[in-house]
Amino acid sequence: MTDVWIVVAVVGTGTVAIKGAGPVLLGGRPLPSAITTVIDLLAPALLGALVAVQALGDGQALAIDERLIGVAAAGLALWRKAPLLVVVAVAALATALARLVI
Amino acid sequence: MAVAAGNMRDVSDPPRTEPATWRAGVRAVGPFAIAVVGFGISYGVLARAAGTGWLAPIVMSATTFAGSAQFAAVSILGNGGTVAAAIAAALLLNARYGPVGVSVAPYLTGGPLTRLLHAQLVVDENWALAARDGGRYDRGVLLGAGVTLYVGWVLGTAIGSLGGRALGDPASLGLDAAFPALFLALLVPQLKTRPKLQAAILGAAIALALTPIAPAGVPIVAASAACLLGVRR
Repeated sequence: MTDVWIVVAVVGTGTVAIKGAGPVLLGGRPLPSAITTVIDLLAPALLGALVAVQALGDGQALAIDERLIGVAAAGLALWRKAPLLVVVAVAALATALARLVI
Repeated sequence: MAVAAGNMRDVSDPPRTEPATWRAGVRAVGPFAIAVVGFGISYGVLARAAGTGWLAPIVMSATTFAGSAQFAAVSILGNGGTVAAAIAAALLLNARYGPVGVSVAPYLTGGPLTRLLHAQLVVDENWALAARDGGRYDRGVLLGAGVTLYVGWVLGTAIGSLGGRALGDPASLGLDAAFPALFLALLVPQLKTRPKLQAAILGAAIALALTPIAPAGVPIVAASAACLLGVRR
C-alpha cells in the first residue's frame, strides 16, 4: 500500500520537473532559429518512434504479432479518411479478431 | 495556416484570438479525448487488478498525467517489481517530455508558476495537434486540447478504478493495438514534407534498433535525434 504511494509521489514530482524544465527555464522567449528548424522535425520523429515501438515492441524484444494487423487496418482507415474513433476501433477490432482466429 | 494565407503574416502575429484557438483545440481534440477516456478506464482497471487500491490511480492520473508511464509503473508493481524499478521505468518513459517541453517553451508565457502548470497539460496528443509548420506551436490549441485531455484522462481513470472488473483483459480486446493506431493518426497529418517523412522513418528506426538493448522509454527519447536531419537544411 505505501509502496504505491511512494511511486505516485516520486513519479508525480519527477514528471512535473521533466515537463516543466523547458518552459520554466526557457519559457516565453523565442528559441534560436537554428533550433527551430530542428524542432520542426521533432513531432514526426517522436511520433514515428511511438508508433513503431507500440506496434512492434514487446518489453525488451521486438515481436511481430496481431497488433500489426490492427495497425495496418488503422492505416487503411486513415487512408480512407475515416474519423479518429473509427480508426482506433478498427485497430482494436482487427487485432481482437486476429487473436480469435490465429 | 499562415502559409495558406500567402506568408503575409509575421510569425509573431496571432491569426486568431486565444479564446478562439482554445475552442479550436477543444474541438480538434474531442475524438482523441473520447479515446483517452477509454484508455483511462483500462488504466484504472489495470491498477485495481495490480492492487493499488481505488484512490492511488486517480491521484496519479491527476498529478502525473502521462499515460504510458502510469501503465508501466502500475504493471511493474502488479508483477511484483520493486518501487525503484517502477519509478525508473515511469520517469524514463517520460524523458521525451524534456525535448517536448523545450519545443513549446516559447509559447508558454506568463510567470514561472503559470509556465510550470501549463507545461503539465502537454501530452503527446495535444502537442502533436498544436504543431505548426516551421517548428511553431499554437498556444491556444495546446492548452485548450490539454485541459480537455486532462479531464478525460482523470475521469476515465476514476470510472475504471471505481467501476471494477467488468472490462476483462485489455489485450484480448485489442486495446494494445489502439495505442499505435492513435499515434499513427497523429503522425499522418505531420508528414507533409519530405524531411518530415524522413524524420519519422529515422525516428522509428532508431527506436526499434534501441528497443532490445535499452530500457523502455530510452529508445523513444533517443529518436528525438532524428530531428537533427533538419540541421542540413
